[in-house]
Amino acid sequence: MRSIRLALRMLGREWRSGELGVLLLALTIAVAALTGVGFLVSRIGAAVAMQATQVLAADLRVESARPIADTVFARAARMGLDQARGTGMLSVVFDGERSQLTDLYAVTSGYPLRGKVLVAAHLFARGTPASAVPPPGVVWADSRLLAALGGHVGSQLSIGAATLRVGRVLISRPDQGGTFTSLVPNLLMNAADLPRTQLIQPGSRVRYSALFSGDRRRVAAFETWLRAHLRPGEQVRDIADTSPQIGSAVNRAGRFLSLASLVAVLLCAAAVAMSARRYVARHLDLVALLKTLGATRRFTLWLTTLELLAVAAIASLLGASIGYVAQAWLVYALRGVLAQGTLPAASLTPVAIGSLTAVALLAGFALPPLWQLSRTPAIRVLRRDIGPPPLSVLLAFGPSAGVIAALIAWVVLDMRLFLEVTAGLAAFLALLFAAGMLLVRAAARLRGHVGVAWRYGIANLGRRRTDSVVQVVAFGVGIMALLLLGIIRNDLDGAWRGSLPADLPNYFFINIPPHSRAAFIAYLHSHGARTSRMLPMIRGRLTAINGRPVESMRFPGRRGEHFATREQNLSWASTLGRDNRIVAGRWWTPSERGVPLVSIATEFERWLGLRLGDELTFDVAGDSFTVRVASVRKVKWDSFQPNFFILFAPGLLEKETGTYLTSAYLTPDQARSLAQLARTFPSVSIFDIDDLLNDVRAVMDKAVLAVQSVFVFTLLAGLTVLLAAVQSSRDERRYESAMLRTLGASRATVLKGVLAEFAALGALAGLLAAAGASVAAWFLTTHVLDLRYTFSPVACAIGFGGGIVLVAASGWLATRSVVNQPPLGALRAGSG
Amino acid sequence: MVGGVLTAERLVKQVGSPEGPLTIVQDVSLDIARGESVAVVGPSGAGKSTLLALLAGLDLPTSGRVLLEGHDLTALDEDGRARLRAARVGFVFQAFHLIPALTALENVMLPLELTGHSGARDAALDTLRRVGLADRTGHYPRQLSGGEQQRVALARAFVTRPAVLFADEPTGNLDSATGARIGQLLFELNADSHTTLVLVTHDQDLATRCRRVLRMDAGRIV
Repeated sequence: MRSIRLALRMLGREWRSGELGVLLLALTIAVAALTGVGFLVSRIGAAVAMQATQVLAADLRVESARPIADTVFARAARMGLDQARGTGMLSVVFDGERSQLTDLYAVTSGYPLRGKVLVAAHLFARGTPASAVPPPGVVWADSRLLAALGGHVGSQLSIGAATLRVGRVLISRPDQGGTFTSLVPNLLMNAADLPRTQLIQPGSRVRYSALFSGDRRRVAAFETWLRAHLRPGEQVRDIADTSPQIGSAVNRAGRFLSLASLVAVLLCAAAVAMSARRYVARHLDLVALLKTLGATRRFTLWLTTLELLAVAAIASLLGASIGYVAQAWLVYALRGVLAQGTLPAASLTPVAIGSLTAVALLAGFALPPLWQLSRTPAIRVLRRDIGPPPLSVLLAFGPSAGVIAALIAWVVLDMRLFLEVTAGLAAFLALLFAAGMLLVRAAARLRGHVGVAWRYGIANLGRRRTDSVVQVVAFGVGIMALLLLGIIRNDLDGAWRGSLPADLPNYFFINIPPHSRAAFIAYLHSHGARTSRMLPMIRGRLTAINGRPVESMRFPGRRGEHFATREQNLSWASTLGRDNRIVAGRWWTPSERGVPLVSIATEFERWLGLRLGDELTFDVAGDSFTVRVASVRKVKWDSFQPNFFILFAPGLLEKETGTYLTSAYLTPDQARSLAQLARTFPSVSIFDIDDLLNDVRAVMDKAVLAVQSVFVFTLLAGLTVLLAAVQSSRDERRYESAMLRTLGASRATVLKGVLAEFAALGALAGLLAAAGASVAAWFLTTHVLDLRYTFSPVACAIGFGGGIVLVAASGWLATRSVVNQPPLGALRAGSG
Repeated sequence: MVGGVLTAERLVKQVGSPEGPLTIVQDVSLDIARGESVAVVGPSGAGKSTLLALLAGLDLPTSGRVLLEGHDLTALDEDGRARLRAARVGFVFQAFHLIPALTALENVMLPLELTGHSGARDAALDTLRRVGLADRTGHYPRQLSGGEQQRVALARAFVTRPAVLFADEPTGNLDSATGARIGQLLFELNADSHTTLVLVTHDQDLATRCRRVLRMDAGRIV
């Protein structure tokens, strides 16, 4: 109690004197960076779930071959959920003499509850969102249907007994099936027109769907009720059933953001360590005096710890507030990309994590010096040269290393990644420190060749070498992060918008008959399209794992159940695509042709709990194949290349009847030829993923913005390190400046020296940042993003120049007051 | 010899140096009676301050022992010595050693608060009045003159009514007039409180006011 009272009193006083400002700043920035990202990631997580619901066109969906009971709709209405109905069937649609088998989908108003229907005035044109469902008497037919019928907007189509007018070209609807289940053209119509068509007769194959959406908790409650009241044949689908592509970019962005914020936190840790060092230096006398007056060691330790804990508490509050505001701004900047409507509110967990981080940083980086401080002997009151005994290496570095490791582990949540990140980070920092050390040494050699102010400035860099290197590295990292994003962003933009790489297709073609393969590809090439690989596709069903029928097995999660029981798209390949990476086992050799082997995607492995060597039995059109799992592949789904969960070794499925699929890049001009292609190859289904690609681009663009915002925290953290370093050398600088001025140097000369010192520091940091960002950009573009790297001299120049200006200005501002003090007072106060 | 409030038996203090062990205090034995005032004088480097540190338990001797009111300081750990100091010892230093973050009143209250004294505030106000600083209680050290700061230090030293007061060059940082006034005050307070005074000083006037003067040279009492 006594220590708390005294600690608060001292805190108030030291706070007014500005002693703890840098420490507070460092902790606040660390907390702000972490909580800002934490808030954002938690909200993005919820947004991803919302985005996934767009594929269902609802939050929750019931499907059945029989009309869905009215009690279900009544219950949903009572629970305050929005609802819509869909009725789907296959039917032949006529336009005069021409006919085409079509997937009709009749909807009630309100459809879709999530996502959007895209329509256009012309075939294969870019779609715009429709504001309502087609009015009665009007249908929206997709490009493939109109191409096959030779129709256009305004054509009259005969659908069953009714004749309906084409009002728009249907470009896409959210629930048309992203995994190519729907191979026939689509038509959207108003449910009110359905009776007139007289298509629903006893024995018709009709799919009824009920769509629901609303508040998450109510939807969850309704789902629980629904699952308990399901009738045979009724199937519930929620976001757990959606495809793996959804959110992969956003998930990765979230993790990347957390890692980016960690860089800021680590820099802040350096500032905390520096501030703690100064705190200790300035409190040695106090502790010695308190002990002389009878305070125990524990009391002095408590006193200083409490004081810093109070700083941590203020920093947590401030940092969390700043983090929240930053996140709110980011959400505003990302509006329209993350999800429709409003994002769910942020949870409070990041605040707790932010506070914990502040305390952890103090514990790791300030507690060891405080521990040392408490060992200051009382005799120091008489002999100022006596300080506390030095800390053991373990005590000095153990806690900080532990805290860093814990923070990384918390962000990455994955042992292997943790080891990779930790090792990478250690190597990266070691490299930077070595580079920083070399730069500082090289600069020190220049001092003989420059004027007095520069000589004084550069001499200072060399004299406070460790501090200089820490500052160069801290600033370098901050600038580097921003530069790197700038360079990569340019590369991404250039690659995606400019040079149109062959491996980013915007159209998928399914159902290509084996005998038309060559003609099909030739047709596409003749129209200037770039095609990707062509893979066979065969439908099959998994029947047994290691001899046990799948019906009798239980799988981890509903996703596993779904995977085990649904019909699968199977393929075979002799070579592994560049967007596939073997993570376990090995790819087959040419000599293994015909050996019953299979390669599975990591999702399939995880959801079904499979292992290498497991024997899987598939039923393909009545033939049974038992194959052994030879490898597990990590598939880059967002490469937009044909990919399969299950790939057979060649020489097994060839005799089964299957079709082929491929993807291609077509410019809007080339895409016009697709109408002709659809007529030439009537069985081929065309999928336009241009809109999806644009969505991904938008997400990437905004993700880059988000990451850049986080890296602003990194730069701020670098600035804090500079402030901490300036503050820790403040007394020394005051004394030196007074000495120089007493010896006859003008104020301007002293200031010039200070400016020279920080300009040199900024130049070194800028140099380090430019070099580091170029190397990192080269690695990321060529090894991770598979793009071509182009060196960016402008970015390097900006980094170098920006480093000089930023560091010189900040350093000058921070030391100005020291230089401005009259020399006499400073000399009287002494050098320490 | 045992029986005084402060007893030193064959004290030796050695420290390591590049040239081998250096003996700073050599075989010093003394006995100081309750209420006695003792000045330790001698040239710079004679070992005066080191002897003071050993007698106050701020440092431990290489050999020999110190008994303060019968407690063997060499047998106590650091915290034990601190507790004993809190209860029985007061200090005045050449550089005042006030805590800049605390007001004059708070500085004087501090030793009482460390021992959990309940009436710290009243006792501190009373003592500040005795040293003539009743109107300066809310001032921070930097707002006080050197003489005023040393008076706050005196108040802080006497507020616990210590058995022994150690003073290390208490007038060393003051001009002669102020120093004389502080010396005067120190002896007045000492007489009022019946405190045992151990004073290290170069100030001849101050030394002669003590009942006994110990002269040190090269670590020994001569």
